[in-house]
Amino acid sequence: MIAVHQLTRRYGRHTAVEDVSFHCEPGTVTGFLGPNGAGKSTTMRMICGLTPPTSGTATVDGRPYRHLPNPGRIVGVLLDASAQHAGRTGREALTVAAATMGVDRRRVGEVLDRVGLGPAAARRRVRAYSLGMRQRLGLAHALLGDPRVLVLDEPANGLDPEGIFWMRGLLRDFADRGGTVLLSSHLLREVEAVADRLVVIGGGRIVAQGGKDELLAGAGTVVRARDGAALRAALQRAGLTVSEGSEGLLVGADTDAVGEVARTAGVALSELRPAGGGGLEQLFLTLTATAPGPVTHSTTSAEPTGEVVR
Amino acid sequence: MTTVSTAPEVTPGHRPSEHLPSLARLTAVELRKLVDTRAGRWLLITIGLISAVIVLLLLVYAEAPEQNFTIFFTTALLPIGVLLPVLGILSITSEWSQRTALTTFALVPRRERVITAKLVAVVLAALGAVLSSLAFAAVGTAIAGATGGAGTWRIEAALVAHAVVFQVASVLMGAGFGLLLLNTPLAIVSYLVLPIIWSIVGELVRPLNRAAEWLDTGRTMEPLFTAEVTAGQWQRLVVSLLLWLVVPVVAGMVRTMRREVA
Repeated sequence: MIAVHQLTRRYGRHTAVEDVSFHCEPGTVTGFLGPNGAGKSTTMRMICGLTPPTSGTATVDGRPYRHLPNPGRIVGVLLDASAQHAGRTGREALTVAAATMGVDRRRVGEVLDRVGLGPAAARRRVRAYSLGMRQRLGLAHALLGDPRVLVLDEPANGLDPEGIFWMRGLLRDFADRGGTVLLSSHLLREVEAVADRLVVIGGGRIVAQGGKDELLAGAGTVVRARDGAALRAALQRAGLTVSEGSEGLLVGADTDAVGEVARTAGVALSELRPAGGGGLEQLFLTLTATAPGPVTHSTTSAEPTGEVVR
Repeated sequence: MTTVSTAPEVTPGHRPSEHLPSLARLTAVELRKLVDTRAGRWLLITIGLISAVIVLLLLVYAEAPEQNFTIFFTTALLPIGVLLPVLGILSITSEWSQRTALTTFALVPRRERVITAKLVAVVLAALGAVLSSLAFAAVGTAIAGATGGAGTWRIEAALVAHAVVFQVASVLMGAGFGLLLLNTPLAIVSYLVLPIIWSIVGELVRPLNRAAEWLDTGRTMEPLFTAEVTAGQWQRLVVSLLLWLVVPVVAGMVRTMRREVA
């Protein structure tokens, strides 16, 4: 499992990550969501001991990453698919990693098969790889040590729809067998389809986290009736927030409550469902747009400034 | 009594796979990384070829008495000593320019172990270069003997030892520059240009002349090409290597340990 406790990282006066805390439990896929520059990658690098935090702690399997004797056997890491030597072949990149971890060389062939890189692709130099192939190689690299935890930064980037579908299945399967997955994305639909839990970050701070269903339920219900005006009036009488959505009325309550109101009012419904993806998108946009902190001036202060206050 | 489980109990923290990768294993990995890219492989081949070419040139153009083992061996030292540091630099800086530091240090978060393995690997490469020089010199001597050259085999053991010191110091100086600057072109140019500038300044500026005798590796390493090195020359060599080798390696190690990997 992964435990992140009050992680903060400052660069000069710019705070990239502020007071971020969350847990990832075995058997779950945690989606780490946020727009570009929100602090996802910095947080993941801190988890993996590559960026020293200004304050706070992160542990994997109960220990700080830097204290893991042979971390590749515990946690598979894919932080940047392009971080491979362009002059090595895909197979060689994995062979080097396998030798470092002390993993049997045969395992290289297994993971290459698993991610769908055939023998011809494995013999080519990484320079010639498409982004999608690099992601597959990166995923193979992460799986190489047969870890119990996966930390993946934007792994769907560059994959075609079929590849994304395949990766979803792979991660779901990994979690269902007791593994822990932390997966970041700026694409909501990507994460929504596979995650059990969501951690949403904006401007370096956590703006929402919880079970996916819980967060989705919080995002409301879409409801439609032939007599829309009557439905709307009934819902407002019941004290629920109602707004006009593109696919019907968007109500700030779960489907049970909305159904009750409709029955009491005697309005026949033609559609009743959780707002789902659209709701999450709404949530995501509102949460990140109203995020406090440096998000508003992050573009100006992203450059490290000369004057560091110590 | 509890039932004995047939499968070995796997408890976190006690899996056999959780041992620190040994320094020997990491060194083997770093040696592999020296040769598994085109750039690294060609650099090593070039280093090997230099001895061959020099032996060939001497066989064709040198006077007969000069065609002996000692000359074949020592003539190749300097050009190899220029290329070995580039190997040292590349082994360190390519991790950053190719961004493999991200995967390397994610697999081995104790970065000092990776750096130590790299230093051992390049030292082994330097020893290999000396061995290959000896082998080419031997081939040259045999040919010289058969084609009218002197073909004498005599070589002072001290000369070979000095050659080893020279090549190992050269490759480590390069690695030190790589560690300190963490950027391939910057490290190569600084490594090649700084000592030259220092030599020129040391010659021209009279007050610095005495300092240069102690700090200019171009001068302090010169005695290593001979079989006789006096105590005073050793002292100067050690002082100059403190500045050009130990300081960059230590400072570079500290910098690499602290640097954010992105």
